[in-house]
Amino acid sequence: MIKFILKRLLELIPVLLISITIVFFMIRLAPGGPFTEEKSFSAEAIARLNEHYGLDKPILVQYGTYLGNLLKGDLGPSFQYPSRSVNEIIAETFPVSLELGALAMLFALIVGLLAGIVASLRPNTVQDHLPMGIAMTGICMPSFVLGPILILIFGLGLGWLNASGWETASDRILPVITLGSAYAAYISRLTRGSMLEVLPADYIRTARAKGLSEGKVIFKHALKNALLPVVSFLGPATAGIITGSFVVETIFNIPGMGRMFVLGAFNRDYTLILGLVVFFALLVVLFNAFVDILLGLLNPKLRMDS
Amino acid sequence: MNKHTLFPILLLLLLVTGCTRRETLVGIGNREQILHLGNLSEPKDLDPHIVTSVSAYNVISALLEGLVAEEADQSGVAERWDISADLRVYTFHLRPEAKWSNGDPVTADDFIFSYRRILSPALGSPYAYMLHLLKNGKAYNLGTLDDFDQVGAKALDDHTLELTLETPTPSFLSQLNHWSWFPVHPPTILKYGAIDEIGTQWTQPGNFVGNGAFTLKSWRQNRSIVVEKNPLYWDAKTVRLNEIHFYPIGDHTIEERSFRAGQLHVTGTIPLQRIQYYKEKHPELLRLDPYLRSYYYLLNVNKPPLDDVRVRKALAMAIDREQIAKFVTRSGEQPAYTFTPPHIGSYEPPVRFTKNVEAARQLLSEAGFPNGENFPELTLLFHTSDLHTRIAEVIQQMWKEALGIHIELENVEWKVYQSRRKNRQYDIARAEWVADYVDPSSFLDVWLSGGGNNHAGWSSVEYDALLQKAAQTTDPLQRLDYFQRAETILMDELPIIPLLFLPSKSLIQPSVKGWNPSILDHHPYKTIYLEEQ
Repeated sequence: MIKFILKRLLELIPVLLISITIVFFMIRLAPGGPFTEEKSFSAEAIARLNEHYGLDKPILVQYGTYLGNLLKGDLGPSFQYPSRSVNEIIAETFPVSLELGALAMLFALIVGLLAGIVASLRPNTVQDHLPMGIAMTGICMPSFVLGPILILIFGLGLGWLNASGWETASDRILPVITLGSAYAAYISRLTRGSMLEVLPADYIRTARAKGLSEGKVIFKHALKNALLPVVSFLGPATAGIITGSFVVETIFNIPGMGRMFVLGAFNRDYTLILGLVVFFALLVVLFNAFVDILLGLLNPKLRMDS
Repeated sequence: MNKHTLFPILLLLLLVTGCTRRETLVGIGNREQILHLGNLSEPKDLDPHIVTSVSAYNVISALLEGLVAEEADQSGVAERWDISADLRVYTFHLRPEAKWSNGDPVTADDFIFSYRRILSPALGSPYAYMLHLLKNGKAYNLGTLDDFDQVGAKALDDHTLELTLETPTPSFLSQLNHWSWFPVHPPTILKYGAIDEIGTQWTQPGNFVGNGAFTLKSWRQNRSIVVEKNPLYWDAKTVRLNEIHFYPIGDHTIEERSFRAGQLHVTGTIPLQRIQYYKEKHPELLRLDPYLRSYYYLLNVNKPPLDDVRVRKALAMAIDREQIAKFVTRSGEQPAYTFTPPHIGSYEPPVRFTKNVEAARQLLSEAGFPNGENFPELTLLFHTSDLHTRIAEVIQQMWKEALGIHIELENVEWKVYQSRRKNRQYDIARAEWVADYVDPSSFLDVWLSGGGNNHAGWSSVEYDALLQKAAQTTDPLQRLDYFQRAETILMDELPIIPLLFLPSKSLIQPSVKGWNPSILDHHPYKTIYLEEQ
């Protein structure tokens, strides 16, 4: 197992190096720089700023310096926010995205699993079609449609919740539903599918024959095996939900990492974009590795194969 | 229905019945004198010598105070001042009771330190040029003069500050209200770095020491900036607000929704598509005030056929600005036939052309393009925005109908637009200019030869000379005359096509009192208060 984990961690290095290199040079190709603004800075001011941030040096030297600093864990200063470093910005925005993502995942799991199980118990009846119909709608409806509809109903119409922001506990409700619902829908379909495969199996019949309660049969025996496809979906989904939440962060004006990423790209904040790419890459690889390990624990067959 | 389907439904019911219409932030704010403001974008910093954006100014003007107050005749840190007969030496008498938020007195030396800081070449301050007005200020800023003692700023004693200018500048008091002239607290700056060091920690909450009506309480990036009443402010008894919360909501639609949900007292702007709704249904919430903001098209005068003034004039004359204001933008925009807007003192900008389709056709024909025949395909460059797109589409149509020419529209991202405009990679480009202070020079100086914002590539020796003369004269009427003559040249040559004067637009709750119209869109917080309806 340790060998397996080490192998996954070593794989990180080429992935990170390639992403940094591609992004480092690509972002420089984009027209405009960090210091072009509506009212032009004087040539002298731009020269001073370039000098301060080392942008006056040859690009390969800048690349080398960046990699050197990265090894020390220093992602550099933000060009757009001079009094903040990229490390500070990530430290401030990641917990927000993490909270949003974790809550949305939790919501997706609870709703998705429940709906999937309920649907699988009586296939092709109303009890199946209703949750699966809603799930299909959930998959099809993009968050930029669902979010404003929820705001319209609960924020503006009923006046129960704020229309934007991330201040109070109740501010979490609408963004979490908006972000989580597509994942909930997907999980419910996965759960239903695998439950339908598992339920007719012999060992389930045996369990019933032993006189176990229906709840024990479903949650203890059937669900454990039916969960495997859901778990393998969870790795990329969790990374995606945390890093890809910028649409929801924008709709609800949430100060998370996704919005920072988009703003960084618009502002040509080179170091911020690079820092976030490094961080995102790290997250995706780690989550995938984590799920591989988890799958190994759940399924002894996989463990033995590896 | 079994227990599995019942559970989620029960959960939902519990959630729904647990909620009631809550008291809004605006409601609580009204009671506790806490103002919630939409502030468009996250300020890059709160250092007055570094920032360039309006959203940063909105916060900084709560934290720092300049020599004079918003209305140039009212006092700020200076309680009175003397002006020499040649309008070049200004002596300010600072009020002894003015204090920094840590209790230190505000002294003339603090201002000298601040001016030295913003003019330091190594700081690379984008607005340092505002202080080129000071004698030798430019030389020091460009690094050709090392001795700051030769710059026209002297502390005669702790509370007397003497500023000597390069040229007589009647608008100087108005310019002093620009944030680049605001003082910073020297010991705080030096505690966190050198005088000319970029990006130190002095602007963070807990570190920031200011002399304004409010102090910095918290700054959570991309979330909110909170300032609270400064008990040590010299005029604290006038201040009625306890706190101001600034929210960086870049998306206008989201900002408007937050306003409707009772989260904001005042918005930074209004989405174009909502203006008609507020005009008809809630005019009491809508604020459209005159603003010194000119919206125009830049013409690349070095590129044929735009190098021919007849073509430029034809394009300018074929546009029906009244129609655009009435049916497209619909927010009280004024048609613009000059670059400088009205409302700048007694300056009357000279009108040199009007809408005249017949004359426009004639001019185009004289330039060799009768009925638009053989007119090369030009591109109109603008950046992604509802307003720019709609205006561009209408003008494209107007030029087609009036002149028979086809203009391609090119919508690009903000930084791409800026870079192409700066490098003059365009035929026609949308642009706008907002005044930094109330004076025609804040507009006309843009078109000086080689000016950093003169993106049209146009230059006129005569124009430069007239503005130079305006800067030298002490006679106010003569000065306005020079400005008029300069603008006449600009409007005869038309390197730009003036289109509209845009108002400042916001939504405002009726409980906000003292939010007065201001042509610079500045709203001094010390006189603003909230009153429950």
